[in-house]
Amino acid sequence: MSTEAAYSAARPSYNDDVVRLFTLATIFWGIAGFVVGLLIALQLAFPQLNLEPWLNFGRLRPLHTSAVIFAFGGNALFAAAYYIVQRTCQARLWGGWLPTFTFWGYQAVIVMAGVGYLFGITQGKEYAEPEWYVDIWLTVVWVAYLLVFMGTIFKRKEKHIYVANWFFMAFIITVAVLHLGNNINIPVELFGTKSYPIVSGVQGAMIQWWYGHNAVGFFLTAGFLGMMYYFVPKQAERPIYSYRLSILHFWSLIFIYIWAGPHHLHYTALPDWAQTLGMTFSVMLWMPSWGGMINGIMTLSGAWHKLRQDPIIMFMVIAISFYGMSTFEGPLMSIKEVNALSHYTDWTIGHVHSGALGWVGFITFGMLYYLVPRLWNRTQMYSTKLIWTHLWVATLGIVLYVAAMWPAGILQGLDWRTYDEMGFLKYSFVETVLALHPYYLIRAAGGLLFVLGSLIMVYNFWRTIRGDLAADEPTVAQLKGAVA
Amino acid sequence: MTDSNRLPPEKDPITGVETTGHEWDGLKELNNPAPRWWVLVWLVTIVWSVGYWVVYPAWPTLSGHTEGKWGWTQYKELEASQADIKARQQAYLDRFEGASFEQIMQDPELYKFAVAGGNAAFKDNCATCHGTGAAGGLGYPNLNDDDWIWGGTLEEIYATLRYGIRSAHPQTRQSAMPAFGKDGVLTAEDVNAVTDYVLTLSGAAQKPSHEKGMTVYAENCAACHGEQGKGLREFGAPNLTDAIWLYGGERAQVYNTVFNAHAGMMPAWEGRLDPNTIRQLAVYVHALGGGEKSAPVEAPAP
Amino acid sequence: MSILGRHKFFERNSIYMLIGIIVTVLIGGIVEIVPLFRMETVIEPVKGVRPYTPLELAGFNIYVREGCYNCHSQQIRPLRDEVARYGHYSLAAESMYDHPFQWGSKRTGPDLSRVGGKYSDAWHVAHMSDPRSVVPESIMPTYSFLNRQAADLRRIDKHLKALRLAGVPYSDEQIKEAYNDAVTQATDGADAAGLLARYGDKINVRNFDGNPKMVSEMDALIAYMQVLGTMVDFTSYDQTALPTKTAEAQP
Ligand code: HEC
Ligand code: HEC
Ligand code: HEC
Ligand code: HEM
Ligand code: HEM
Ligand SMILES: [Ca+2]
Ligand SMILES: [Ca+2]
Ligand SMILES: [Cu+2]
Repeated sequence: MSTEAAYSAARPSYNDDVVRLFTLATIFWGIAGFVVGLLIALQLAFPQLNLEPWLNFGRLRPLHTSAVIFAFGGNALFAAAYYIVQRTCQARLWGGWLPTFTFWGYQAVIVMAGVGYLFGITQGKEYAEPEWYVDIWLTVVWVAYLLVFMGTIFKRKEKHIYVANWFFMAFIITVAVLHLGNNINIPVELFGTKSYPIVSGVQGAMIQWWYGHNAVGFFLTAGFLGMMYYFVPKQAERPIYSYRLSILHFWSLIFIYIWAGPHHLHYTALPDWAQTLGMTFSVMLWMPSWGGMINGIMTLSGAWHKLRQDPIIMFMVIAISFYGMSTFEGPLMSIKEVNALSHYTDWTIGHVHSGALGWVGFITFGMLYYLVPRLWNRTQMYSTKLIWTHLWVATLGIVLYVAAMWPAGILQGLDWRTYDEMGFLKYSFVETVLALHPYYLIRAAGGLLFVLGSLIMVYNFWRTIRGDLAADEPTVAQLKGAVA
Repeated sequence: MTDSNRLPPEKDPITGVETTGHEWDGLKELNNPAPRWWVLVWLVTIVWSVGYWVVYPAWPTLSGHTEGKWGWTQYKELEASQADIKARQQAYLDRFEGASFEQIMQDPELYKFAVAGGNAAFKDNCATCHGTGAAGGLGYPNLNDDDWIWGGTLEEIYATLRYGIRSAHPQTRQSAMPAFGKDGVLTAEDVNAVTDYVLTLSGAAQKPSHEKGMTVYAENCAACHGEQGKGLREFGAPNLTDAIWLYGGERAQVYNTVFNAHAGMMPAWEGRLDPNTIRQLAVYVHALGGGEKSAPVEAPAP
Repeated sequence: MSILGRHKFFERNSIYMLIGIIVTVLIGGIVEIVPLFRMETVIEPVKGVRPYTPLELAGFNIYVREGCYNCHSQQIRPLRDEVARYGHYSLAAESMYDHPFQWGSKRTGPDLSRVGGKYSDAWHVAHMSDPRSVVPESIMPTYSFLNRQAADLRRIDKHLKALRLAGVPYSDEQIKEAYNDAVTQATDGADAAGLLARYGDKINVRNFDGNPKMVSEMDALIAYMQVLGTMVDFTSYDQTALPTKTAEAQP
């Protein structure tokens, strides 16, 4: 591996301590978030699993979404941004103790928010559930993150900023803007947890989904594209496919994404004109999104054979494919006629998880498999076989998940609107609840597989960090010999 | 900062494409153009969007927004789509609207229509209380049997549905049984006695306090439930002799009913459901099995 | 290539790149959000919508706390089946005092925006305590603890004050009487003249949970459930009044 040599060559001393911390946190919160996801999936199939009041679905669902997006995804993005910016700028992280502060500060955000949900402390806005005091603390941490990142960019040795860092910049600064815009609240008391958002009704809904959609756009998309732009060419040992495409799709992606929020509010009391903008911009967002997919996939041209040998590449390729799929599905669901059917149903949940499990999950797993041996100075993972096992178990999990939720959602949407031949509604609401039960079982089975896969990964990491090598695992040296 | 690590562009040996000449941590970029199909499809989506803005409401202006050439609004779309359903119902609805219950019952088509509509509305509005099969439950009457608290003719059922029972509607069916024990009208002993007595009306064996229970009953209960306990519909007082119990027939349950009294509430559907739907529901409930003939209005009390 | 060539400028100047990003991402939000604050083109001029009473507000907060919005929408779309199932489509005016809005994004359970008056209080108590006791097919969690927990009304006036800062028109008197109004509304046979004078005579005043010993969280939640969708006077609603005509009468 030629990169291996480059890696160990003389270079500035990077701050990898903090990257290690974020890596461990990613793994820890990932497992936690997946397990809670599995629990709420089971609760929808077996409502007896709700343990009131703390472990009721209504309190656990935000725990799940926050844990997977902000704890698992967030820590992964911190790790990626800090690891990548140092190497692509050939500079140590700026700010001395500040990176370490962002680590503990961010974990504090997660714990404060998560514990709050269990006690019913929530702002009641999806993906923005943390209450005002957590919001303020997050703002402090996030500003520190921005400073560390930009400070490091400022110190860079290479005159040009690498494309991954464009995406990280857009992610960090835009999330800051969104967070501030959507969390203007009035606390009821200085020493109380409760606050009221200053905006209500339609305006509140628009601002919330301006935020919510762009949490997808900048957290789950731009940030993870940044991750992709480094680890895919690294692992494939190939150059990025097209610099020009990078430019075009970067600027168009961040410009257009912002406009698409109203596709969450189709056919509501939001004025028609805003819905139209949300819909048309979502359709125009299709190609800018696919720009990232093309650049990711085509970077492998000339390295396709690696798919068969390298499960890490495979994780990344599957991730990019799911990214392509959900960014095709998204614009489709933004078309009002389609959304009239899909909105409020499990179709949305299927869409979410093809993006979340497939794209966010798999690209992160790919990164983790790349990072762990390097961060802990091991030459290779404990067992490639186990990586493959993780890959297939988790892929099967996703397939079960989305293959259950798509038909479930479409069935639900169609049942709600079915009329009999005399012009009366055919199904009552509870009849449609009943019809979903088998799909909820399949989804839970898919979730279980996804959890199992990630536990295999944890085992593999544990053995790797201990310095073990599976008995049947060829060493790097042996592999090189075989090739030669 | 210098451009020191800028290298001259080089050719990628595998694809033959030039790189941009930059290198970061060993990463390079090829200088491929953006794929043509990608640009084309993107252009198509943009052109389509612009067209969409022309015909639909789209851009905010200083005083409002662009209305779009087609004058579309989501509320007009609703009306248009409702027209489809209306058309499907029209064959029946024209006749149904003007028809009396009697006419509906005599017209098999209208009857079928009413039962279908009633069934649909029942499932989403009534089944939550009266059960999916309308068999009722504790506190919610069974609508399949011929035991009616407020009357089982179409007109009576219709009135029950329209105005509700102890609902907020001004014309609601109203009447409340006193909480004989709780409010101190009767002693616990009296309540015990009358409970046992009431149970005998539905076939239980007599207890030693039977006589006493009978007296308490005659003095306190007969006014509403009738001398023989057959119930009186004008007070919504249930029949106590048919072994059908709204609040349960266990001794403790009956005792509780007499001691504390219940006052079940059924919402009024006028204003929430449209008049046609309420009439359809009345026919549907009537058809469930226990419906009574309209005339003569009621069998004379035996 | 020339425009793309200029891109070097951003790639070399991180601060300009950052500013470029900020400008790029601000545009869409401004165009879509700012015009919505011209209320007269967005909120229908209908009569009847009023701020929540203190007890209803306490119930609203329990609804938020328990995350009911994760399963229930409060937004009936103008689609024929929704209108048939749930009633008149939702108006913007109806959520103008909801901080935050409760439109929801998933319907695991039915829409609740017009559930007020659909069921009796006793049904709600039974349903919240154990949904499957009344609807065997239900997958809703149980909330029986609400019966046992007293509603936290001691500082409810502070809540009204905070909401007033956010633009909800609570009067000084409403704030001063908030606690008493809350208790009154949940008490059978209480003298509710003051409460009705302050909030209008359509207020439901009764012991919602059937337990006279305390004002429970169940009382508050059911008071909130029972008012949902009952405020707007649809005879005052003119669908064509928006958005070209500007409104005179705002509730
Ligand atoms: C909140 C629960 C609830 C709902 C919803 C409800 N009901 Fe009822 N209904 C009751 C109760 C309680 C009674 C008995 C009242 C009493 O004690 O007399 C009742 C009584 C009736 C009766 C009178 C039975 C008799 O013996 O006289 C009819 C008929 C009826 N309901 C039909 C309906 C229909 C049709 C619907 C739907 C449109 C409906 N109900 C919805 C609670 C409900
Ligand atoms: C003012 C009228 C009135 C008087 C007096 C009255 N009742 Fe009732 N009773 C009712 C009404 C109305 C109901 C139905 C309550 C409901 O549907 O919620 C009822 C219900 C009942 C039931 C429940 C029936 C069932 O199906 O579960 C019993 C038992 C009963 N009464 C017994 C008595 C006894 C015993 C007395 C006298 C001590 C009495 N009632 C006096 C009006 C009266
Ligand atoms: C896990 C999802 C879930 C959660 C969380 C949930 N519900 Fe439900 N809810 C349902 C389902 C499913 C139904 C339909 C079956 C039924 O009536 O129980 C329902 C029905 C209802 C109904 C009856 C609506 C109608 O028109 O028939 C009300 C009222 C209600 N829920 C209120 C609440 C409140 C208040 C909360 C929060 C404290 C809540 N729900 C939390 C799933 C949920
Ligand atoms: C073991 C894996 C997982 C399981 C079993 C699971 C299960 C669930 C379930 C049951 C829901 C609620 C759906 C509903 O309300 O009907 C949900 C919601 C959600 N999950 Fe997951 N999940 C998993 C992993 C993830 C991951 C990895 C992510 C993101 C990175 C994620 C993001 C979300 C989001 C955003 C929602 C909310 C969707 C919406 O509101 O539309 N989940 N998940
Ligand atoms: C071009 C890109 C995309 C578009 C246009 C798009 C569009 C949509 C639409 C129309 C909905 C349904 C809204 C509703 O009916 O309520 C939705 C929901 C959602 N999407 Fe996407 N999507 C895109 C990509 C993605 C990706 C890549 C992810 C995840 C990684 C994602 C995550 C989500 C989530 C979490 C929701 C649920 C929001 C909620 O809570 O309701 N989307 N998206
Ligand atoms: Ca959602
Ligand atoms: Ca009470
Ligand atoms: Cu979106």
